[in-house]
Amino acid sequence: MKAGSNLEKVLESGAFAVTGELGPPQSADPAVIEEKAKLLKGYVDAVNVTDGQTAIVRMASWAASLIALREGLEPTVQMTCRDRNRIALQMDILGISGLGLKNLLCLTGDHQSFGNHPQAKGVFDIDSIQLVQMVKNMRDDKIFQCGDEMSVPPSLFIGAAANPFADPFDFRAVRLAKKIVAGADFIQTQIIYNVDRFARWMEAVRQQELHKKVYILAGVAPIKSAGAARYMKNKVPGMDVPDEVVDRMSSAPKGEAKQMGIDLCIDIIKQVRQIEGVAGIHLMAIEWEEAVAEIVEKAGLLPRPKL
Amino acid sequence: MIVGERKPFEEIKESLRGYKKVLILGCGTCVSVCMAGGEKEVELLATQLRMANKLNNEDAEIKEATIQRQCDREYIEPIMKMIEECDVVLSMACGAGVQMVSDFSELIPVMPGLNTRFIGVADGEGSWSEKCRACGNCVLGEHAGICPITRCPKSILNGPCGGSQLGKCETDPNRDCAWALIYDRLIKQGKLDNIINIAPPKDFRTQDFPATQVNEAYVKAEMEEVHSQ
Repeated sequence: MKAGSNLEKVLESGAFAVTGELGPPQSADPAVIEEKAKLLKGYVDAVNVTDGQTAIVRMASWAASLIALREGLEPTVQMTCRDRNRIALQMDILGISGLGLKNLLCLTGDHQSFGNHPQAKGVFDIDSIQLVQMVKNMRDDKIFQCGDEMSVPPSLFIGAAANPFADPFDFRAVRLAKKIVAGADFIQTQIIYNVDRFARWMEAVRQQELHKKVYILAGVAPIKSAGAARYMKNKVPGMDVPDEVVDRMSSAPKGEAKQMGIDLCIDIIKQVRQIEGVAGIHLMAIEWEEAVAEIVEKAGLLPRPKL
Repeated sequence: MIVGERKPFEEIKESLRGYKKVLILGCGTCVSVCMAGGEKEVELLATQLRMANKLNNEDAEIKEATIQRQCDREYIEPIMKMIEECDVVLSMACGAGVQMVSDFSELIPVMPGLNTRFIGVADGEGSWSEKCRACGNCVLGEHAGICPITRCPKSILNGPCGGSQLGKCETDPNRDCAWALIYDRLIKQGKLDNIINIAPPKDFRTQDFPATQVNEAYVKAEMEEVHSQ
């Protein structure tokens, strides 16, 4: 055991893991997190609490994670390199572990130009792979990035992201290998709509036997409408939404698009579950947490293991 | 070269408000090549200012001069008399030139006429792009001559990130992904091994303080020459 988190235990037990996602509010209101937590509790093994996603100011991930923890969820704190240099990142890593949070997902972060403070100076002192390595060195070797030693190291299950839909395709598995060498314990992928391409990526992953060195959670998300599908296809960077997904969403009779989106998500879960090396799913029902219970249940992923 | 861009006319006019003798001082090197602060641009701006003054019934004398380099004292010293006859200088140099002229003019304010943009190259007629952030610790050798610090908006040293699609950067569909370029060229050179291992965090100490550089051998030779005289 690296950190003994629930997520780590579930994955180690060989059970098919389910993680969710919770976006903190653009306010100081804890009730928003409490309400979302109620919708997720019992349906996920851990929940990612985002760190200023799309570069919009929201409650800090570690703080919102504490509120989620209070509500009975196991948080995965997301940490990006956009807003903090290596000094601030390490201070937060110590604090996160000190507060009893056990999972940490390391990301480079969305560029500030996407958010509501495009005038801000992006930090990017280190990148996601260097962050993973820094956390691992702190945890396993008790050393800070500078090489100084610490008495009590942070205890964290380390996550990283992978996007099978980014280019150059041939380098994607290589970059995943770099994240594993850096110290990633689990990987959560970009949302999958193009299952064929994901399967090809997994093939490359298996060729290098990377699936035996890291737990890979396939990213999935329900789509609310045909418009949302088209928007993701055309406007959201790093996404791959095939025409057939847009067509299927467009074919939904009036008032039934949301159900179509949920059914499509369940279909994708069932397909990715069949792919060798997939250890679980990361379900990102962002601002649609109500859909999680139905998706997890109908995908046959209940009850969640109690370890 | 240093690439600069002329400030908006209104901003320049506002910065010169109230001054009666204005010297517009061009720079004949980088900013001349990028068509922002050379002799021609000085002439154009001077004409614009004179016309604007005429329309507003403001009388200010606008003088023009362009020197080879504003970042070098040997070119500034010969025009000091001209500077001292004015009550403001509008420097059309990069930020370095503006500061050098300010150090010499001392009591006479120097206004910047340009916004200094970047260290770059000419892509074609009238277009330039940024290539170097002067980080002080060059990594071009490993990266097939393409700078990830400058050309990746997140300065990632272990790219390409998940936002690289079809060779373009997620921040702008018109912007090439630096890491896609690096990857393609390394493949062509048979040097992909350069980026297989994890690149460690960069040492940014080179950027902590205003940098200085001395060529010891040259300084020593100069000193010896002075002594021998």
